[in-house]
Amino acid sequence: MNARILTLTALLLAPNAHAQGFAGLGTDAEGFAIPERGRALHFPADHGPHPEYRIEWWYLTATLTGADGQDYGVQWTLFRSALAPFEAEGWDSPQIWMGHAGLTTASAHFSAERFGRGGVGQAGVTAEPFAAWIDDWHMTSTAQPDQDALDRLDIHARGSDFSFTLDFTAEGPRVLQGDQGYSVKSPQGQASYYYSQPFYTVTGRLDLPEGPVAVTGQGWLDREWSSQALSDDQSGWDWVSLAFDDGHRMMAAQVRGRQTFTAGTWITPEGQATPLPDGAVQFTPLRHTRLNGRDVPTHWQIDWPEGGLSITTEPLNPHSWMDLSVQYWEGPLRFTGSHSGRGYLEMTGY
Amino acid sequence: MTRIVLSALLSHWRRNRWQLAMLLTGLALATALWSGIQALNAEARAAYATAEGLLAEGSAARLEHPTGRMDQAGYLRLRRAGWLVSPVIEGRATLGAARVTLLGIEPLTAPATAGPALATADLQAFLAGQGFAHPQTLREIGATGRELRASDAVPVGTVLLDIGTAQRLLGLAGQITRLTLAPDQPAGLVPLATLAPDLRLTPPGEGATLGGLTDSFHLNLTAFGLLAFAVGLFIVHSAVGLAFEQRRAMFRTLRALGVPLRHLAVCLAGEMLLFAILAGAFGLVLGYLLAASLLPDVALTLRGLYGAPVPGSLQFNPLWALAGFAMTLAGTALAGAQALWRLWHMPVLAPAQPRAWAHASARGMRLQALLALILAALAVTLALAGDSLVTGFALLAAALLAAALTVPLLLALGLSLAEKQARSPVAQWFWADSRQNLPRLSLALMALMLALAANIGVGSMVASFRATFITWLDLRLVAEVTVIPDSPAQANALYTYLTPRTDAILPMQRVEATLAGQPGQIYAMRDHATIRDNWPLIDPVREVWDRLAAAEGVLVNEQLYRRAGLATGDMLDLPGIGALPILGAYPDYGNPLAQAALTETLFRASYPDTPIRQFALRTKDAPALIAALQDEFGLSATQITDQAQAKALSLAIFERTFLITGALNVLTLSVAALALFAALVTLAGMRLAQLAPLWAMGLTARRLAGLELARALVLGAATLALALPVGLMLAQVLLAVINVQAFGWRLPLQFFPADWARLGLWAMLAVFAAAALPALRLWRQGPAQLLRVFAHER
Amino acid sequence: MARIHEKPANSACAAAHSPALELHELHKGFDSAEGRVEVLRGVSLSLPRGTSMALTGESGSGKSTLLHIAAGLEQADGGRISLAGQDMTRASDAAQAQMRRGQVGLIFQQFNLIPSLTVGANLAFQARLAGCHDAGFTERLAARLGLDGLARRYPEQLSGGQQQRVAIGRCLAARPALVLADEPTGNLDEATGDAVLSLMLALTAEAGAALLLVTHSPRLAARCDGRLHLRKGRIEASP
Repeated sequence: MNARILTLTALLLAPNAHAQGFAGLGTDAEGFAIPERGRALHFPADHGPHPEYRIEWWYLTATLTGADGQDYGVQWTLFRSALAPFEAEGWDSPQIWMGHAGLTTASAHFSAERFGRGGVGQAGVTAEPFAAWIDDWHMTSTAQPDQDALDRLDIHARGSDFSFTLDFTAEGPRVLQGDQGYSVKSPQGQASYYYSQPFYTVTGRLDLPEGPVAVTGQGWLDREWSSQALSDDQSGWDWVSLAFDDGHRMMAAQVRGRQTFTAGTWITPEGQATPLPDGAVQFTPLRHTRLNGRDVPTHWQIDWPEGGLSITTEPLNPHSWMDLSVQYWEGPLRFTGSHSGRGYLEMTGY
Repeated sequence: MTRIVLSALLSHWRRNRWQLAMLLTGLALATALWSGIQALNAEARAAYATAEGLLAEGSAARLEHPTGRMDQAGYLRLRRAGWLVSPVIEGRATLGAARVTLLGIEPLTAPATAGPALATADLQAFLAGQGFAHPQTLREIGATGRELRASDAVPVGTVLLDIGTAQRLLGLAGQITRLTLAPDQPAGLVPLATLAPDLRLTPPGEGATLGGLTDSFHLNLTAFGLLAFAVGLFIVHSAVGLAFEQRRAMFRTLRALGVPLRHLAVCLAGEMLLFAILAGAFGLVLGYLLAASLLPDVALTLRGLYGAPVPGSLQFNPLWALAGFAMTLAGTALAGAQALWRLWHMPVLAPAQPRAWAHASARGMRLQALLALILAALAVTLALAGDSLVTGFALLAAALLAAALTVPLLLALGLSLAEKQARSPVAQWFWADSRQNLPRLSLALMALMLALAANIGVGSMVASFRATFITWLDLRLVAEVTVIPDSPAQANALYTYLTPRTDAILPMQRVEATLAGQPGQIYAMRDHATIRDNWPLIDPVREVWDRLAAAEGVLVNEQLYRRAGLATGDMLDLPGIGALPILGAYPDYGNPLAQAALTETLFRASYPDTPIRQFALRTKDAPALIAALQDEFGLSATQITDQAQAKALSLAIFERTFLITGALNVLTLSVAALALFAALVTLAGMRLAQLAPLWAMGLTARRLAGLELARALVLGAATLALALPVGLMLAQVLLAVINVQAFGWRLPLQFFPADWARLGLWAMLAVFAAAALPALRLWRQGPAQLLRVFAHER
Repeated sequence: MARIHEKPANSACAAAHSPALELHELHKGFDSAEGRVEVLRGVSLSLPRGTSMALTGESGSGKSTLLHIAAGLEQADGGRISLAGQDMTRASDAAQAQMRRGQVGLIFQQFNLIPSLTVGANLAFQARLAGCHDAGFTERLAARLGLDGLARRYPEQLSGGQQQRVAIGRCLAARPALVLADEPTGNLDEATGDAVLSLMLALTAEAGAALLLVTHSPRLAARCDGRLHLRKGRIEASP
């Protein structure tokens, strides 16, 4: 990766991942707005950007099955990072955008990234009509006027050796994480606004070096914004989104720090969400994979004793390493045990 | 054994310190001149690399609009289509006390090589308006409200800024100059030709790169460096050769005492290596100092001629130092090879008397004549068939070498004729003896001839150029005032304001274009008497100005005309217009690029929205107009140039261009004089034995000293006489071949006898100075030294 | 063998009637590392025209110094020198040079020919320098010296004996009053040396010149009219 973008990324996102917390979320929030408990989220406005907050993302993952019978995974993310808590026209805009795309097969993992300045039109997000884009990558609403804008999305991204074009259709309601969308990330109370759409069905096409593959599957959207989501001693997190064979969904995450902090949400097929308090879920690494000089736990046991859940996860490809300016692990998995299904695993700060 | 042999060998130098000093000086000077010039070249090339590296222009393809400007929307259109391009804006602006190039980049999308300047930087500050500039540029700018940081990675004269800041400072909001393409683009994109048919793609490494443009300048410098190096080697060669002759008896004795020949040769080679290391190290220091003192002029020349951003201070680079050292070693080996060869072939029991030079070398003379003839034939062939800068320099080298080789032959012929004419025995001896000693002096005389010829040739070329250039400048710079607008908006306002207040207003507009396969520019030319009356043309058609005004063709500059081998009437393909006939060519000294001029109407129709870069104004009251412009528009001093300023500036650039040539000329001549001095001093030692019988027969030491001095002056004068035609030949080659290939213009050769007379005087003074010391020594210490010849007999 | 003096020598080169060389109480010393070395301590001699004198002595006895002083190549510290009747004791450099041109001929062990000139030009050189060149005389001299047909050659193309004969010819062609020879056969083998010496003795005698021959060989010395032995800077009676 080139030195300049590294510098940029280091400045904006991860000055020192191990000492100060992954992606700069632990940094001070001078001048930036801070999430407050009890503020209700408003849609469609909150689908759009919140420039007064330091960071924000539109994060899509999908577990797919090809016409060839193979498993695939896809990630499409647009990050927003603000140098100052406002938006302005033209080059004066302090908003910086970063796109990440990943495509995982059993034998390969593709990744790509894009950078762009706000204010000039190269990258950005609009709420009405909903569109998020950077260069030719986009996540555009194709929903009917009476639907929520995010109920139907056209997704596209392209790397040097892969691309994908997918249609996401929501089969259930959006889910507010934490306390009505206020999601606490540390014992000290760092928090973000966080909502998801866990019920997408996906169809579309992957373009791989070997040729195109038609795919279908399930997708998950995360929307999150904050200014100080991690505390100083927290170094990263392990996060899963799970789709159970019986239609349930679950989000579970642990933030690693002096003291591990966990959060989770149990979601019924109808969209009823139950937040799981700190300590309700346990993550136990089962096996590590050597990636880029670090040992990364790619196989996990996840327990939620209260819900009678005890599963082990198996990644589609343990080498799902996002070898970009910010490096992390992100890839699809299958799980078995007390329950079974498919999901997505994200691990940062290794 | 090695130590003993070496100490015996080195004892010679203890006894002959002058010789040692000559040898070391020669080597050190040769190294200094060569490595100094290499240092200059290296510094300049490093500066080009910085300039090109900053935008990856050497390694990245570029997209440009022919007008040199494009809308930012074009950038977004390509990005949104998936093309990885990054916008760049470039323009001139006044910052503090200096006029600088503002280079605006978009750091998030710019090629990775922009990194060095930004690697340690605070991106947030950069985006907020902080700039980067070379420390030298910072000094030139002085105090300014703007936050600027020093960086060696930015070329001199440029300020690197965020694109938004640069647009604002240049008054070009929403405009960009070009796009750079990332080397790896995603697969499956819509082709550029479809997306942006109006943009021109320049593949990596093509286009008007500084390296390419300045090649000829550096080749010139290198040729000079090589010449100086060769002259320096003459000194070394004569010193080494003499030391060999003087040590013949020692070699024989050493071998008789049982030192193997191989061992002796190794020791002799070791001795030379030692000298090469000593003198080479000293020469490198000298070379560095030389380069450091010449660099400011070279930098100004390169900036003036090519706009190349070369800093005025020298960095030490071990690369040229090593190269210089290697050259010293190679040169010493070359100069010493003959001595080693002779050692190898010296029979151990041969009598220890010095070789009889003149008659034994008759065969050598024939060989030399043959070689000169071959080289002359090669030169003629190259003159007829060559068509590149390299063949041009090869032609020069062959011709000069042929001439140099001929020098001893012609001198020998002349001396032999003089001997036949001589009446008195002393005169007869004088000529015969001069001829006999010619082989010992011939290398030094050849060096002197080369230095003199180079002086005459380069001097004539520069003087011819200057004469032509001044005439041309007077014709071309007729506009009383030139104004550079800050922005398109200001250009429009100025145009409106100036139209009623001036006798004529000639806007300058241009677009970048490839002309006959060369990087170049197309200019708009307003049909006006100022141009009709004053522009000298080469091979114009009849009614050329009327036909140009009627858009029936184009004018091209001489560079394009000659380099592309065009002729009046040929068709020239213009992007966006098609082929138009060439109506003539105009001299355009000092411009490295190809150029074509179109009538303004056709230009505007073909390249709409081209910004006006400057106005040339005709007015009867320039001071009043300048004052009005300053009051009305607040134009800075750097935006307004009056005619006198412009002429002074052009002439200053011209003089700077050849300052370094002049300096090198003087240095080369000095080295040649030193070579002659070395030869004469060393010869003086051997000549005692030849002079002693004459002294014994009744010639006074004073008379002998006078004869020795006269001999040097006669040989010097004869060499000077031979150098004149060679120098003129050199000048003709420089003007008609090298200049055409290197710069693209051909100039008439003019004669400057006063310059030659001055050079002749200097040369004779140099010869006199070189010969005076040995002659003086002969006069003062003559009897004692001459007597020693007889006393040494037993 | 024809005599070479068939007509009187011209006036410029004419011999006067005074002795060719007279030395009176010559003193000469040098400063050396060990202090002052007296090389000549009061040497007197008189050499009439037409006679030959051998000067012998060990190395360092002062033979060469005596010769150099006689030739005006070196200055004596004390004493008087007179050449062909002219007092040269305090003569200027120019006067000494003129004397060497006209009255003195020098012959050295190393021949000291001018390598850039032909044998013919070398033979005529000193006579022309002295302004008394007589082409016929020189030609006859060359013939006597056995140098016929070599006139166009260069010195280096000649044998050692031939070169020394050219040196003798060059010297005698100027018809000097005094010939000074410093080991003239030192570089030649015995037979050649003897032949060269015979020629030299005969020709100087015929020319009416005086010959001072410096040698360390008693055999050569014996062939001269007189002999002087130099020992520690003084003349000793011949052994």
